[in-house]
Amino acid sequence: MYKRQLPDFRITPTIDQVGIEERVARFTTRSIKKESKMQGMKMILSMIDLTTLEGKDTEGKVKQMCYKAAHLHDVIPGLPTVAAVCVYPSMVKTAKDALKGTGVKVASVSTAFPSGQSTHEIKIADTTFAVDNGADEIDMVISRGEFLKGNYNFVFDEIVAIKEACGKARLKVIFETGELSTLDNVRKASDIAMYAGADFIKTSTGKISPAATMPVTLVMLEAIRDYYYATGRMVGMKPAGGISTSKLALQYLIMVNETLGADWLSNEWFRFGASSLANDVLMQIAKQTTGVYQSSDYFSKD
Amino acid sequence: MKENKNTKKAFYSGKDLPEVKLKFNSAWDLAPAPEDSKHVSIKKQYDLFINGEFVKPNSKKYFATYNPATDEKISEVADADEKDVDKAVKAARAAFGKWSKLSGKERGKYIYRIARLMQERAREFAVIETMDGGKPIRESRDIDVPLAANHFFYYAGWADKLEYAFPNRNPKPLGVAGQIIPWNFPLLMAAWKIAPALAAGNTVVLKPAETTPLTALKLAELIRDSGLPKGVVNIITGAGKTGAAIVNHPDINKIAFTGSTNVGKWIQKSIAGTDKKCTLELGGKAANIIFEDAPLDQAVEGIINGIFFNQGHVCCAGSRLFVQESVADVVIRKLKDRMETLRVGDPMDKNTDIGAINSKQQLLKIQEYINIGKNEGGEIYQPSCSLPKKGNFCKPTIFLNVSQSHRIVQEEIFGPVLAIQTFRTIEEVIEKANNIPYGLSAGVWTDKGSKIFNLTSKLKAGVIWANTYNKFDPTSPFGGYKESGFGREGGLHGLGAYLQF
Amino acid sequence: MATRIEIQKTYKIYIGGQFPRTESGRYYPLKNKKGDVMANICLSSRKDFRNAEVAARGAQSGWGSRAAFNRAQILYRIAEMLEGRKEQFISELVLQGSTVAAAKQEVETSIDRMVYYSGWCDKFQAIYSSVNPVASSHFNFSVPEPTGVVAIIADEATSLLGLVTAIAPVIAGGNTCIVLASETKPLCAVTFAEVLNSSDLPGGVVNILTGSSSELHEHFSSHMDVNAVVYYRNNKAEIKTIKENASLNVKRVFVYNKINIATEKAESPYFIFDTQEIKTTWHPIENIGTSKAGY
Repeated sequence: MYKRQLPDFRITPTIDQVGIEERVARFTTRSIKKESKMQGMKMILSMIDLTTLEGKDTEGKVKQMCYKAAHLHDVIPGLPTVAAVCVYPSMVKTAKDALKGTGVKVASVSTAFPSGQSTHEIKIADTTFAVDNGADEIDMVISRGEFLKGNYNFVFDEIVAIKEACGKARLKVIFETGELSTLDNVRKASDIAMYAGADFIKTSTGKISPAATMPVTLVMLEAIRDYYYATGRMVGMKPAGGISTSKLALQYLIMVNETLGADWLSNEWFRFGASSLANDVLMQIAKQTTGVYQSSDYFSKD
Repeated sequence: MKENKNTKKAFYSGKDLPEVKLKFNSAWDLAPAPEDSKHVSIKKQYDLFINGEFVKPNSKKYFATYNPATDEKISEVADADEKDVDKAVKAARAAFGKWSKLSGKERGKYIYRIARLMQERAREFAVIETMDGGKPIRESRDIDVPLAANHFFYYAGWADKLEYAFPNRNPKPLGVAGQIIPWNFPLLMAAWKIAPALAAGNTVVLKPAETTPLTALKLAELIRDSGLPKGVVNIITGAGKTGAAIVNHPDINKIAFTGSTNVGKWIQKSIAGTDKKCTLELGGKAANIIFEDAPLDQAVEGIINGIFFNQGHVCCAGSRLFVQESVADVVIRKLKDRMETLRVGDPMDKNTDIGAINSKQQLLKIQEYINIGKNEGGEIYQPSCSLPKKGNFCKPTIFLNVSQSHRIVQEEIFGPVLAIQTFRTIEEVIEKANNIPYGLSAGVWTDKGSKIFNLTSKLKAGVIWANTYNKFDPTSPFGGYKESGFGREGGLHGLGAYLQF
Repeated sequence: MATRIEIQKTYKIYIGGQFPRTESGRYYPLKNKKGDVMANICLSSRKDFRNAEVAARGAQSGWGSRAAFNRAQILYRIAEMLEGRKEQFISELVLQGSTVAAAKQEVETSIDRMVYYSGWCDKFQAIYSSVNPVASSHFNFSVPEPTGVVAIIADEATSLLGLVTAIAPVIAGGNTCIVLASETKPLCAVTFAEVLNSSDLPGGVVNILTGSSSELHEHFSSHMDVNAVVYYRNNKAEIKTIKENASLNVKRVFVYNKINIATEKAESPYFIFDTQEIKTTWHPIENIGTSKAGY
């Protein structure tokens, strides 16, 4: 019997950025064709968290998006639904009602998304409100300011507290990698979040640029792998923002396939935070089945 | 595998963890993605390119060249004998007078043309390189051909600037250069040889390897199309005897050879007593050294690049891995996981990572070494991938628990076989890294800058990669210490070999 | 048969990859030997210079951080485009008073000079860098870096060659520039701008103004965000003013008034070197093991 200790988060495995970019370049040269492309397309659809996080959201907008979530393109039979919709806490109830019986989950952002600049009590209350309204998943943001100050214990404790407030809901922890600036920081944030109990680690809020990138995602996938070997616990991953073409989404899937393997290739462990990706994938599926390039006029925008 | 609630408790309670394993290659099979080869033209038979035209070999004999992935014959090329070699050297000598007197500016323009034409025909060259040699199309397309074109482009610019490269000297070309190149980077090696020779004002007789003659012959066609004056570049095909005839020809001023150490030594001996200048780029058994503070995942990628890239047919391959003992388990686990995702197969498939071994002969040699390794007591590991039934293929292979005394650690295998040792201190690893007759290249992986420079200054190798591996650039000099040869190719340092002062 | 009316060319200036007119709206007529007006040339103002500087500064970090090989390819492409337009340049030179033979010579020398500097883009570093064998246990290396934005007053006597001679070494080294063309022979400057624009050269790397040095030399040399001034003419008063103004922000000043542009003496890597800064870096080399580590 041996006592295991939390790692010292001040010491992070070092990441070589040029090496990461070269590995990513190999992924982007993979050529996915025919049946494997179709299989990939369907996987992507099933992994999308269809998202609306605007100041101008209303119940009407959310209801329309929820319908699309469950009925991507009824003209083509055999398509999956998306994995989840992602909305602000105030819209959780609307989404939950609209998606009854569809199997599509409701994810809610919380903790003063997207900035995270608020008090501990407000962040807990934000989370509890969403969970009480029926959210299946919570997407929280870390305190980037505290992280960059080197206050890793603060960041860790905050995640533990939100995880507790989640109850049965699964917790995704957003790093806002565009603000963390180095890949070493991304790795550090990943380790902190996973050891604190995150069910998913997520790149971005989608509100700033750069959002998700392949290098950042690769660093996080490698962190998940090391954590899995160290603890036996699986953690999911979600790149969000900036993935609007199916070609790019396929490259992300290749990355997951070659870094973590078959067990992560399901929407229980991998998601795409995207809004316009779905239609591009649908157009690709239509092209595969009909043989001709498509126009976006034929695919609903909701 | 569903999340196991018990493991979460186990983490904090201290109970033993279940053995976890990642499953690769089981959820998503990639469909074949073959490169289109219909636009490529390969003649049924090629003659010798001498004095600006294709001429029949004196013996009227030809030999076949095969696709090592399919064992199919692709074409036939001429077998040049001593008379053909003599013809080529005479053509080169005749062209030398005018060529060397051309202003550097004008010489440079011809070489620029060759570079630009190669860029235009890049895809065709890449496809033929893959078909003839077995390397994956992704490598020929993304690395071999662009580097070759860029090499011509780089040296074109030196043609009229030689006086700046050698302060206080008056550089002049040597005359006729005899150049013999290997089968592992056929087009790239042709570029490495021809470009600087021409820039310096020499003329050339080049012999490609007998298993990979085609891209050199396509280059001959391109050179003819570029308008380069006749006889400046002559490309003749043949095997060992043709090479020997070139080395021994009395009217050659310089020999440039890339290939095996044994042949290199024979060349050095053969030209003793003559005035011939010589550069040799021979074999290697490079040490790739990983410290505990290295970026481990990227270091593992560096290992893969170092020994499995190009099927390990690389003179500077990182074929001896040294891992600091404190991270050996983690690195080997990561290496094995990464090896599981390597795709071995049809080189024409765009997704192939490891292509065909260049020839049956080489495959047998590699298999022999694998057996030697097993018999010597090394612990062998190969991933679970399947190999195509036809053609010459070999799985990426690692040997654990070997030491400096094992033959597979000392001798160059020239295949995708890696020998892994652990080390404890810096002195130990430097000593072991240098403890070979070779000295071509080395790799060092650590996060600490001062440690990098400690190692790079003490390792006896001509090219040292710190936190990277197998990187090449026309501006970067390449060549070895000790029995890996002498002379440098690339950069300013690559010019001197083709000039006299 | 009715004679066809030609579309006459409007000669504008080149700033940030675009072809605006001078914001001042002023012009000066360019007359041929007979006294006929051939074209109206923009009389650029200090505001045009200011706008060009903004474009040049904006483009500099991108241009300077590109791979040297990439710059070499672009300069070579400029030469390809020049070669393709040879006839147009020859006729413009003839319009401005040259003989056909001299014009051909000037254009061919310009093309070859462009190729010359293309070849230097990824080689001058090997000549001007060094690893310095310092006595302490440090890895010490010196490398050239582009100085930044360079204001150039090009040769007055030639229409094309002086321009190419001035611009090529400056951009080969990773700088961006604002160039004042010859006042009496400005036609090729604008056509040259068109060549640059079709050569994959990013906008802002080269900006070309037409106008009068007596008006503009003051502004070229006093702008606080310009790093160096290069002057190819012979006016002693202008040279003095330029040097005085340069002291405002310690600009580097290069006066090339004794060079014969037409000869090979006018092309050399030292012209690249002039607009480079040298940066020296130190890093410790730790010494573990028996033999000494060092360079």
